[in-house]
Amino acid sequence: MSFMSPAVRFQNVSRRFGSVRAVDNVSLDIEPGEFFALLGPSGSGKTTCLRLIAGFEQPDEGHIEIFGETADGVPPYRRNVNTVFQDYALFPHMTVGENVAYGLMIKGVGKAEREAKAKSALAMVKLAGYESRRTAQLSGGQRQRVALARALVNGPKVLLLDEPLGALDLKLREQMQEELKSLQTSLGITFVFVTHDQGEALSMANRVAIFNEGKIVQVGTPSDVYERPTSRFVADFVGSSNVLPPEFAAAHGGHAAWTSLRPEKIQIASQNALVPAACAHAKGIVTAISYQGAVTRITVATEKLALIASTPAGTDVRKGDSVSLIWPKSAMVAMGEGA
Amino acid sequence: MTTAVAERQRGIGGAISDLFFARPQLVTFLLLTPPLLWIGVVYIGSLFALLLQSFYSLDDFSGLVVHEFTLSTYAQLFEASNAQIILRTVTMAALVTVASAIIAFPIAYYAARYARGWTKALFYLAVMMPLWSSYLVKVYAWKLILAKEGIITWFANELHLRWLLDGILALPVVGGPSLSFSYLGTFLVFVYIWLPYMILPTQAALERVPANFIEASADLGADPRQTFRTVIFPLALPGIVAGSIFTFSLTLGDYIIPQIVGNSRLMIGQAVYTLQGTAGNIPLAAAFTVVPMLIMAVYLWMAKRMGAFDVL
Repeated sequence: MSFMSPAVRFQNVSRRFGSVRAVDNVSLDIEPGEFFALLGPSGSGKTTCLRLIAGFEQPDEGHIEIFGETADGVPPYRRNVNTVFQDYALFPHMTVGENVAYGLMIKGVGKAEREAKAKSALAMVKLAGYESRRTAQLSGGQRQRVALARALVNGPKVLLLDEPLGALDLKLREQMQEELKSLQTSLGITFVFVTHDQGEALSMANRVAIFNEGKIVQVGTPSDVYERPTSRFVADFVGSSNVLPPEFAAAHGGHAAWTSLRPEKIQIASQNALVPAACAHAKGIVTAISYQGAVTRITVATEKLALIASTPAGTDVRKGDSVSLIWPKSAMVAMGEGA
Repeated sequence: MTTAVAERQRGIGGAISDLFFARPQLVTFLLLTPPLLWIGVVYIGSLFALLLQSFYSLDDFSGLVVHEFTLSTYAQLFEASNAQIILRTVTMAALVTVASAIIAFPIAYYAARYARGWTKALFYLAVMMPLWSSYLVKVYAWKLILAKEGIITWFANELHLRWLLDGILALPVVGGPSLSFSYLGTFLVFVYIWLPYMILPTQAALERVPANFIEASADLGADPRQTFRTVIFPLALPGIVAGSIFTFSLTLGDYIIPQIVGNSRLMIGQAVYTLQGTAGNIPLAAAFTVVPMLIMAVYLWMAKRMGAFDVL
């Protein structure tokens, strides 16, 4: 039997700050080579989990293993794990090259060798020739790349990224998402990153753990958590969703359970439109229209509750129109509980 | 029908506000003129007058100042007795600075990294409170502490350590008949008096080192000792240098502490005091005064070359 220990294993890990349980009985396996996202609102415990892996925090209860070795009581400087900090934490008294070579210098790697390695690490993040710059001269995106090179040059087994793209503007963020993905694929290192941006998590990660109030509420592939949320929290947090009460869902051909219905699954039609057999429908009146560029979000008040439909831009629906909402019954995903 | 875009201005105050808003450089000008006049005329002017005096000389027979340009007064600084005063003062200032830095760092580090809430308030109180009381009172208090009949001798007797105290006082150069009549005593009082000026800038510099620099360093494999050497200390250096400017220059210029606590050998400040007073040798006093300024200029230049201000 071939057995490979997970890159990171949390076993019933808790971490308290005063009376607050920042991380509450979390168990989690992150497989080697995964691009794993810790997703959740601020204060949900995702960053504390990252800091537990890095060793900046120690668990109050439970155990953490990194590639099968216990991390209990192991200080950050003896872990083969490197971090890209949210605000990069580049050392202002060192040049870019010295920053990148810092970890190697600490390990006692000779000057010529570490300079060569720093140089190729900088080339990898497309900053060749920046060795002698001062960090204050760099833009946000460039600092991000330096921080990445500084972590990767040490050849970590796990790379931790704390809101790595949070400080970048939209265009740069999309570009860095692509680069991080291809970097991760080519290096094959386990990446664990923290984000509160569900779009970022869905587009970059192989798997996502969704945090709420110190607990993991769902783990799965991006399509798992998006298509089949198991709780209202996940349905709401990952993308936006219409949450249907059990009675409403049952009345429209779903199960008698709290049910998620994604806005983009709902079509808007005229009131007398034919409803295909596999579809459910509800009549209502348009109460709000929000233009969002590629899509338009239309709020329709039905008899029981207001539903949001997301349609490609350019619909000619107006506020006050009487419309029919049509969606496939299969688009209704029953969730575990009402919470 | 039109509506006025601008609200009607209200009185002379409003008019002045509008003028200042339109011409921000006028505000700068008005704010800076008085201090610039003060610094320019009173401070720089008197400094210049001092410099000028140092190029005159004293006629030995008449005791009058000869208002002719000469370097002979500066040459007098290199006479053995005067050169010794300078050497003695610079050595004292350097030792006081090093000792202050060593004592101040752990205190500043604790205050910057660990003290929160009431411990931080206590820190500021403890560091600043000595500055609220008179300098003279503190120095005389130390004279009593260090005197032969003082508390240190008493403690040494009680603890049967009198042999240790006598041994220290028997040391050549630094020793003396009692602590209050020795270089060691002068040194202790200097360190005590100037310590806050070293602690505060060091603490301010450490305060500006973000906690995540220390985490980043640990993350990259540096143990606490390496992190201290490669990250914390270099980033605190500008603060230590700023503090050392205070301790060094204040010690260089002080003439009260060595007068009250110490042996009868002069320091630069005392030399200036005696020369301009009883001796009436203003040119030599001025030349002596230029010495600490030159030393500080050289010191700052070296600190800058060592990169102490790079992070500022």
